Amino acid sequence: MKRNLVSILVAAACAWCAVAQAQISDGVVKIGVLSDMSSLYADIGGPGSVVAAKMAVDDFGAAKKGMKVEILSADHQNKPDVGSNIARQWYDTDQVDAIVDVPTSSVALAVSQITRDKGKAFLVSGAASSDLSGKACSPNTVHWTYDTWMLANSTGGAIVKTGGDSWFFITADYAFGHALERDTEAVVLKSGGKVLGKVRAPLNTQDFSSFLLQAQSSKAKIIGLANAGGDTINSIKQASEFGIIKGGQNLAGLLVFLSDIHGLGLDKAQGLIFTETFYWDRNDQTRAWSKKFAAASGGKYPTMVQAGVYSAVLHYLKAVEAAKTDDGTKVVAQMKAMPTDDPLFGKGSIRADGRKIHPAYLVEVKKPSESKGPYDYYKVRATIPAEQAFRPLSEGACPLIK
Amino acid sequence: MFGIPTQALFGQLLIGLINGSFYALLSLGLAVIFGLLNIINFTHGAQYMLGAFAAYFLLNKLGVGYWWSLLIAPVAVGAIGIAIERLMLARLYKLDHLYGLLLTFGLALIIQGTFRHEFGSAGLPYSMPQELVGGRNLGFMFLPNYRAWVIVASLAICLGTWFVIERTKLGAYLRAATENPQLVQSFGINVPRMIMLTYGFGVGLAAFAGVMAAPIYQVSPQMGSDLIIVVFAVVVIGGMGSILGSIVTGFGVGLIEGLTKVFYPEASNTVIFIIMAIVLLIKPAGLFGTQK
Repeated sequence: MKRNLVSILVAAACAWCAVAQAQISDGVVKIGVLSDMSSLYADIGGPGSVVAAKMAVDDFGAAKKGMKVEILSADHQNKPDVGSNIARQWYDTDQVDAIVDVPTSSVALAVSQITRDKGKAFLVSGAASSDLSGKACSPNTVHWTYDTWMLANSTGGAIVKTGGDSWFFITADYAFGHALERDTEAVVLKSGGKVLGKVRAPLNTQDFSSFLLQAQSSKAKIIGLANAGGDTINSIKQASEFGIIKGGQNLAGLLVFLSDIHGLGLDKAQGLIFTETFYWDRNDQTRAWSKKFAAASGGKYPTMVQAGVYSAVLHYLKAVEAAKTDDGTKVVAQMKAMPTDDPLFGKGSIRADGRKIHPAYLVEVKKPSESKGPYDYYKVRATIPAEQAFRPLSEGACPLIK
Repeated sequence: MFGIPTQALFGQLLIGLINGSFYALLSLGLAVIFGLLNIINFTHGAQYMLGAFAAYFLLNKLGVGYWWSLLIAPVAVGAIGIAIERLMLARLYKLDHLYGLLLTFGLALIIQGTFRHEFGSAGLPYSMPQELVGGRNLGFMFLPNYRAWVIVASLAICLGTWFVIERTKLGAYLRAATENPQLVQSFGINVPRMIMLTYGFGVGLAAFAGVMAAPIYQVSPQMGSDLIIVVFAVVVIGGMGSILGSIVTGFGVGLIEGLTKVFYPEASNTVIFIIMAIVLLIKPAGLFGTQK
């Protein structure tokens, strides 16, 4: 098994604070970053999420406050069974208190259930399915960065409003793709558009030409890409090869990350419209943090998932400090009770269903001539205020909300 | 036909053929190496990836374009292959196949891991050569010029290789050397050198496929690991070591996969393995293989 378990001791031991740590199990707050470390989502979360988590521990000042915090990491290979096994082992034998990130919704849904059973804390940044704060919500899970409802609503809504009223979906065939397709379809239909067809492509497909050809013959105005990472990159690249855009159809990237645009290059990606909740070049604070992040991760700038990991870990540690315990259920309750505030997402809050609320940004990819260099990629077209960006509490069907 | 317009079906078949070109090129290299060296070359996917990266570096560091890369990348990666053969594989010929498999598999993991560490997983962009940008409308589909070139180039390379090995004197030496190396050596032919160059050639084929793939897919560290399993299935279906078998099966499997993407897209990643299982049950040596 190629699972690798890297453990890094972040904070030094301190003897005089034993009293303050009375409620911390085994004296250490252990946070496990569970992510795709080696495949198509590794640039979205992956090793960059570990860097972000460590930065949060440093910025929280754990060492100064006398709190011992340790960051572990592992590769779930996008497989729910692998992810579940790691989560169980972490909770049962390694005394891990919280798991963060977990891209790939099918894995995140499995880890959410295990976390609930074990009474620990789960901070989701990488996974997208809105079910995590909907029908599968849990008192031990906080869904931080974004979700499929938010993407569908802002990107889908904006496109239908500007005339893109007939859609064809190319969907990644697993929990995330299905959720994104379902949420977007609902928005399209609600806004008066129609869906002409859909095709389910297996996760991690190399060649999308066959699916693109089916989309082309459907004559839909918009081809919605309900996929992510390497799948999105390959679809966009091959769509330009098959003359889809020249033929008058447009692509809607429903989930696109900064790393995808970097991989595609601006000449292929220009004009693409999608939604992000974090962009590094938004203000002085995000710029300063992102430059520090890039220096620690080989020049790569942070995606919203990695920014979300930082922000979630920071808030989690504040809640541990305030609640004076690392008991998962109590800490998550404390996280919901405290307002959130950090340099990346600004001020926000966490709702009773576990949904973290902050503004979202509808962005457009710059033309090569408009960009000043690597990672200068987006123009922010609209800001969606926090209250409108996410699904209303009453519509999520979360059993925690009575 | 089956609720799908005939025209659309033609398009899908053509696309299947294009993907089949890559399967054929890659499985051909594997078949040559297995047929003549008895090594199950699991580094093949990594070598395909190295070919694509070589093209990327040639373009971005040295300004060498696509057409020269098609020549230089296979030679360069082939040379690395020769070094691997001389330094490592040559020590394993007397042992069971399994040792060669383990060694090459380990090498593949190391090479891919190193590249992933350096370049990440999102991959790097590689532009299409200017001459092949655009495409033509065939009536039933829009065929990008580059994809047409892929089919032509792949067919030419495959048939050329088949001809050399099955129909020329050099090919006869090669085949004889695998049957009975001592005898061939006693005729004054340098067998170890021949085997070394054969491995280099097989690796060069993988790198060639990598350069061909660079403008279509992302140049990414795991592009080979995604493909290698399918290609191994192709080799097993065609018959281990059969040159003609790997070519025909490569294109054939591409076609079947293309049709699956129309009728039941969810299964398009697995259909090849279903075929492999059926072939193994009915004809364990593969469609074109001979039982030894």
